[in-house]
Amino acid sequence: MPKKTSVARRNFLKSAAVSSAAALVPSSVAAAAAPAPAAAQAAAQGPTAPTPQREADPRPDAEDITTDRPGGDFMVDVIKSLGFEYVASNPGSSFRGIHESIVNYGNNSMPEFITCCHEESSVAMAQGYFKAEGKPMAVLCHGTVGLQHAAMAIYNSYCDRVPVYILGGNTLDATLRRPGVEWQHSVQDAAAMLRDFVKWDDQPVSLPHFAESAVRAYKIAMTPPMMPVLVMIDGGLQEDPILPEIAGRLRVPRLTVATPPQGDSGAVAEAARLLVNAQNPVIIADRAARTPAGIARLVELAETLQAPVVDQGGRMNFPSRHPLNQTAGGRRLITNADVILGLELTDFWGNTNASRDALYRSSRSIVKPGTKLISITATDLFSNANFQDFQRYPEVDVAMAADAEATLPALIEACKKLLTADRTRVMKERGSRFADASAKALADAREEAAFAWDATPISTARMQMELWAQIKDLDWSLVSSSGNASGWAERLWNFDKHYQHLGDSGGAGVGYGAPAAVGGALANRKHGRFSVTIQGDGDFMYAPGVWWTAAHHKIPLLAVMHNNRGYHQEIMHLQRMAGRHNRGITRAHIGTTLDNPNIDYAKIAQGMGVHAQGPITNPNDLGPAIKRAIEVVKSGEPSLIDVVTQPR
Amino acid sequence: MKTGITLAALLLTATIASAQAAAPSPSPAAQTSAPAGNADAGKKLYSSFGCYQCHGYEAQGSSATGPRLGPKPIAWAAFSRYVRRPTNQMPPYTEKVVSDADLANIYAFLQARTAPAPVANIPLLK
Repeated sequence: MPKKTSVARRNFLKSAAVSSAAALVPSSVAAAAAPAPAAAQAAAQGPTAPTPQREADPRPDAEDITTDRPGGDFMVDVIKSLGFEYVASNPGSSFRGIHESIVNYGNNSMPEFITCCHEESSVAMAQGYFKAEGKPMAVLCHGTVGLQHAAMAIYNSYCDRVPVYILGGNTLDATLRRPGVEWQHSVQDAAAMLRDFVKWDDQPVSLPHFAESAVRAYKIAMTPPMMPVLVMIDGGLQEDPILPEIAGRLRVPRLTVATPPQGDSGAVAEAARLLVNAQNPVIIADRAARTPAGIARLVELAETLQAPVVDQGGRMNFPSRHPLNQTAGGRRLITNADVILGLELTDFWGNTNASRDALYRSSRSIVKPGTKLISITATDLFSNANFQDFQRYPEVDVAMAADAEATLPALIEACKKLLTADRTRVMKERGSRFADASAKALADAREEAAFAWDATPISTARMQMELWAQIKDLDWSLVSSSGNASGWAERLWNFDKHYQHLGDSGGAGVGYGAPAAVGGALANRKHGRFSVTIQGDGDFMYAPGVWWTAAHHKIPLLAVMHNNRGYHQEIMHLQRMAGRHNRGITRAHIGTTLDNPNIDYAKIAQGMGVHAQGPITNPNDLGPAIKRAIEVVKSGEPSLIDVVTQPR
Repeated sequence: MKTGITLAALLLTATIASAQAAAPSPSPAAQTSAPAGNADAGKKLYSSFGCYQCHGYEAQGSSATGPRLGPKPIAWAAFSRYVRRPTNQMPPYTEKVVSDADLANIYAFLQARTAPAPVANIPLLK
C-alpha cells in the first residue's frame, strides 16, 4: 500500500459518485476548470497573469510510480470467492489491470486464464462448460469491441438459460483516457447493447460497489431462470492503487445462492390430480434436468405414472433407452394425449400445434379438444420484450412459474398420494405397452441406419455409429452436435448420464458448436471423461481459432466433422423459395454452399496445432481414423477428423 | 397483396388443369402405373433437381428433413401427385420446373435403389 496517494482516477470517480464534485476536487484543479468568458478572463488576469493550465486533469506524482496493491487485486479476491475455475478471454487493454492481477496476484489459478481468439468463442466455451460442470465460467471482454463480438454467443446463452459470468472492461473517466483507441474502446453504457438478453448488469463506481455487484451478479445468474450477467469494470478501478480510505471498507460479501423456486402447492396438487387420473398422459421435457438429480426425479415421476417421456434434448433429461422414453413416437402420443405436462419447454405451443411453411402459412392444433396442458417453467418468472425467443402464447390449464427440477419432488409425492390400486393397475398396463414400443423404435432406427450404409459421401448414420462403436465403453460425453446430423446419436446411442448430452445453442446462432464443445471438454477434463463432438462445417468456419485454444490449453476432445460442404439448412430454404416461386432450384447453391474450393478442415486444424485427419470420403476409412484419433485424445490433446457426409 | 397472389395461384392451377384435360393422351403424371424411365438419367436429375438435399444421395431419407424414397417408392400416382402438390413441408415442383419425363426418370432411379444389407450383417448396428 502506498504511503502517499496521488490524485488518481479513482478520486475523480469516487467524487462523482458522492455529491458535489466541485467540493472534492482540489482547489487548483477546480479553479483551472471553472468556465469564464474569454474576454473577462483576460481582463481579470491582466497582461502578467500566468497562462492557465489547459487541462484540469490530475497529474501523477512523479515519485509515486508503482503500487503493490492495485484495485484489480481486490477484484481477484472477490472473483476467487465465487469459485471460478477459468476465465475465458481474448486479451484487451480495457481489462489489462485485472488480467495482470489474475495471472500474477491470483497466480493464474481459480480462475485460470484461458486464451481465446474471439469473444464469441469465450462466451460459447462458458456456455458449454456450464452445462457439463453445473457452475459458471467467467469471461473477460472489452467493453465495446469485445462485447459486440460476444453478443451472439451471449444471446445463445440467454435463450439456453445458461449463466455466463461476463466482466467487461471500460474506461469511464473521459479526461483520463489515452488518446486514440482507448476512446473507441470506451462506452458510456456498455450494457445497453446487451440489456435485452442479459439478466442483470451493473457498472460499479468503487471497489466496494464492485464487490457487492460481483456477488449479486453471480446470485442472479444462478437463480432460475439462469441467464448471463454482465459487470462492467472500470480501468481505473482495476489499475489504480487501493486508497487507504477505501481499503478499510473492502470486504468480500458472502454469497448465498437462492434456492430455486418451487411450484405453488395448490397448483402441484391440481397437476397431480390431472396426471394420475389421465388415460394417456405425456411428459415433454426440454431444459428440465439442470443437475443429475433432475434426471433421477424425472425418471421417478415417469415411472410413478408409467407415463411416456418425449425428450426434446435441451438438457440430458431422461435415459435414452429407458422404456418410457418415447421420443421417437412423440408426435403420435401428443395427438392422443388427454394430459400433457411440459417441463421447461421453450415452445409449448409448438409442441401442441402443427404449422406449415408454405406460400400461405397455416397452423392447427394437434391435440384433442379438452386435453389438459400443464406447464412448469421458470421462464415464466423472467421475460424481456424485444427478442422474441418466447414463442407463441400457449393456452395452458395449469401454469406454474417455477423451476421444474425443484418442483418434481413435490409433484411426485402428490402423485403417489393419489394412487389407488385401480390406477396402479391401469398404469402398469400402459407401461408395458411403452416397453414394447421402445424396443421397436430402437430396432426401427437400426433398420433405417442400414440404408446408404456404404455410400459416399458417408451417411450420417454410418458416421455416428462408427464413432459410437469406439467410445461406448469409455466414460464419454457428447459435448456438442452441430450441423444437424439427423439425430442418429440420440436414437442409437445409450445416454444415461447428465454429462452425456449438453443440449444445443439455444438461440440457433451458428458458431456455437465448436467453442461450446471445447468448453464442455474443458469441464470434462478433470473428471477424466472422454469428450466427443459432431462438428458441422459451417459452424467450424465461424471462429475456428477455438481449435488453437484447445491445442494450447491441452483440452482433450475428439471432433468428428459432419462436413456436407454447405449451410445446408439455407440450401433447403433456397430450394423451398425457388420451388414455391416456380423457378427451379438450379441456383439454390449460390450463397449457400462451401465448395469450389472445398475447405481442407484438417489442414486448418493442423495449422493450429491440432492432430487432424481427412477429408475422409470412404466409409471404410472412418473406423481406423477414429481409432487413431482416440489415442491422441487419450493422451490429452484434441483431435479432429474431417468426414465428408451426406447432407443430413 | 395476399388476395392477388391467391387469385394468381388459382388461375395458374386452373390453367394447368385445363391443359391437362385438353391433352390428347394422359401425361405421365396422370398415369396410375409407373411410366418407363431411365434410372441413370434419373440419378443425374435427382441430384441436379436437389432431391438429395432433403432425402439423401441414395434416397435414404432423414428424420430431420425428408422420408426415405427408395427402394420401393410409393406408387407412381401418389408420388407424382405429391411432387406437384405437396401437402406438407416439401416445396412444390411443377411441370415447368420438372417435366413429366424427368419425373419418370427420377422415379426409375428410386425404383433402382437396392435394399440394404440386413442389420444382422452390419456389426456396428447390432
